[in-house]
Amino acid sequence: MTVRHNDRNIDCSVDLQRQVRNAIQKKAALNICGSGSKQFMGRPAKGDRLSLTEHRGIIEYDPRELVLTARAGTPLAEIEAALSASGQMLTFEPPHFGDSATLGGTIACGLSGPRRPYAGAARDAVLGCKIINGKGEILSFGGRVMKNVAGYDVSRLMVGAYGTLGVLLEVSLKVLPRPAASLTLMHEHSSAESIHYMSRLLSQPMPVDAACYHAGHTHIRIAGSEQAVKHAQNQMGGELISDTTPFWHALREQQLPFFHSKKPLYRVMVKPNTPALAIAGDWLLDWGGAQRWLLSDEPLALIRERVSAAGGHASLYRNHPPSGEKFSPLSGPLFEMHQRLKLSFDPHRIFNPDRTYAGL
Amino acid sequence: MTATTTEIIPRTPSQEGLIKSLKDLLPATAILTDPEDLRPFECDGLSVYRRLPLVVVLPDTIEQVQSIMRLCHSRQIPVVARGAGTGLSGGALPLGDGVLLSLARFKRILDIDPHNAMATVQPGVRNLAISEAAAAHGLYYAPDPSSQIACTIGGNVAENSGGVHCLKYGLTVHNVLMLKIVTAEGELLTIGSETLDSPGYDLLALMSGSEGMLGIIVEVTVKLLAKPERAQVVLAAFDDVAKAGEAVGAIIAAGIIPAGLEMMDKLAIQAAEDFAHAGYPRDAEAILLCELDGSNAEVSEYIMAVREVLTRSGATEVRTAASEAERQLFWKGRKSAFPAVGRISPDYYCMDGTIPRRHLPQVLKQISQWSSEYGLAVANVFHAGDGNLHPLILFDANKEGELALTEEFGQRILKLCVEVGGTITGEHGVGMEKIDQMCIQFKSAELAQFHAVKAAFDPHGLLNPGKAVPTLHRCAEFGAMHVHHGEVKHPELERF
Repeated sequence: MTVRHNDRNIDCSVDLQRQVRNAIQKKAALNICGSGSKQFMGRPAKGDRLSLTEHRGIIEYDPRELVLTARAGTPLAEIEAALSASGQMLTFEPPHFGDSATLGGTIACGLSGPRRPYAGAARDAVLGCKIINGKGEILSFGGRVMKNVAGYDVSRLMVGAYGTLGVLLEVSLKVLPRPAASLTLMHEHSSAESIHYMSRLLSQPMPVDAACYHAGHTHIRIAGSEQAVKHAQNQMGGELISDTTPFWHALREQQLPFFHSKKPLYRVMVKPNTPALAIAGDWLLDWGGAQRWLLSDEPLALIRERVSAAGGHASLYRNHPPSGEKFSPLSGPLFEMHQRLKLSFDPHRIFNPDRTYAGL
Repeated sequence: MTATTTEIIPRTPSQEGLIKSLKDLLPATAILTDPEDLRPFECDGLSVYRRLPLVVVLPDTIEQVQSIMRLCHSRQIPVVARGAGTGLSGGALPLGDGVLLSLARFKRILDIDPHNAMATVQPGVRNLAISEAAAAHGLYYAPDPSSQIACTIGGNVAENSGGVHCLKYGLTVHNVLMLKIVTAEGELLTIGSETLDSPGYDLLALMSGSEGMLGIIVEVTVKLLAKPERAQVVLAAFDDVAKAGEAVGAIIAAGIIPAGLEMMDKLAIQAAEDFAHAGYPRDAEAILLCELDGSNAEVSEYIMAVREVLTRSGATEVRTAASEAERQLFWKGRKSAFPAVGRISPDYYCMDGTIPRRHLPQVLKQISQWSSEYGLAVANVFHAGDGNLHPLILFDANKEGELALTEEFGQRILKLCVEVGGTITGEHGVGMEKIDQMCIQFKSAELAQFHAVKAAFDPHGLLNPGKAVPTLHRCAEFGAMHVHHGEVKHPELERF
């Protein structure tokens, strides 16, 4: 078993618990922060800062178990380096959105990268967590094993909750070996052709690992054993693109020229085979067409209406005014259930209040 | 595990009133009240717990489920949902004063969408039926619990069922996109969506494995996967269980994630061989079944690599299935291990702990030692890739005291799983069976948080009450018998 310790790895949970208890006593909101790289997401933060960056370090990592447990403030880069040294990786290829992005922030925001449709999301990799709830109690859920159905799946509930249900202290993740081989194939397509092509790949037994489309080009990344990649390349055709690591990295980190625009950026989620939506703007399709980035000056109401009509949902991602709702509205009864769930973890509404929706 | 009553209790006037009201909502064929009609519903796959429900309802529309729930909510009557009744933890055990809501008539496949690789089905559709319907498009539904020919997708979601392919393809929670649920109040809600994620909290994860405690699942949309071009199984025999355990770690360390990786010990091998004639080596102390899937060339590459690792790990024999028929036979032996053990012993008790794999040799050694102490044989079947153990304790319920002894033995195994960093249940659920062991795994504040989550969905506790999460009071009583790591688990409660 490999257990890593170094001087910078500190367990601050007792101190964090004390700060939470003080906030409960004062009924004062807490703004739970990692490195701050995801502050742009969701609604504006309010309250006193509760910094997790000192609470860091990999607690347990045994490559043979395919499980890594780390404190929430551990930099994502540190985790990825440790995995890489053992020939392994995070399954969900998370965006960092900043050099010092932490594990906790990534999980709280539920961020997954290009590999997501083919290898699962951040929530799929989460096996267990330790949190501080809104009563100031330190609680553990899930575990450090692959399968665990004891109790409700609170660990996965924390993923994408933006810290509104509790302070993440530790997270256990399933990790996987890095594929032995990987390459990228490019096709020249119209957007309709690309949508058709990418969704057709879902019913082909091909080791597709990422698929995106922008401005006339479909990029397909395949990964697996040497033989798997060779076979897929022969079957799928297309132009072999050399050295595409920077391309996929830039896509994941939203650093492609597309993302340099100052226009409002929307994240539009639809079924992958959904035809191009009639909303004026520039589109970049990721996740095989299931996650579509839209730069558009069209009115929000029109965007929401067209996306909903296609059975999807849209969130406001970048270059929007700070006020207002950022995520698709939830139906009345569903929102009430969210409020009750929020209060079941955080009865005094201390944690990141209103960060996801007003009233949550 | 305590024997439960199945006697018929006369109905109160208010219960007669409930039945009368149900008859106003449902056709006569959708309500069962005669004891002989109720009998098939008295237990699920864990038949040591039996209890007759007050009434069984068999609705076939979502509107009917909603009106049943509204009625039960207004009368404060508890409701237990049931799929095929194949669950192994007593999760569908009825309540004598409650309604048993069977989803058996919801068996339509509503849509197979090959272009988006998803299927929408009613909750009573059998797990295997989804793959059969999707096969025409080269697609299948990945989670494959051993009961897949009988178990329903609604039950799979409620239990977050696994199977032999979990390590590579995940559990039910990883393969469900959207649910329609009816709440305790009778409200219809859509959880998740047809897209890869949804705004708001991940209620889909919360519903998966919630054992019918949070809502009634009335529609399920699942993800489908492309059927691999080829699947092949390698069988390896070992003269020592510990060596087989080591080999599992070695395969993963070699960077290979098999589609399935199963282990069986000697007693399980022999029982399965007698039952299924799978061609297993009868004299081996353990066998591993390692399935590789992918393109033809890829599978060949992996087989070479796996064979080498297995040989290096001390396998006495390594055999690749010579044909698809032999591959199926290798799996038939494994999938029929439970009924096979059922033939060699009057009763068996199936455990479901999960442990970090590195502790396997130690845990198996301890189980074997306890087996001699209790004089109860144990056959071990093991989802080795996931660390999910299924020790089957062989016993005879007709022998005085043997059930109690078996329970005690089982509890020690689960406690050991928790002590080495694992869990009391990997895939069978808590239900009634492991409710006391929940007190070992969780602190009282954690259990209280579970109760708070339940209350957010079901404030009056009408959905499957008394299952899955123990009351703190129950744990205090249980804790009097078990002190974990020398700490008293529920110090806030008085003890007598």
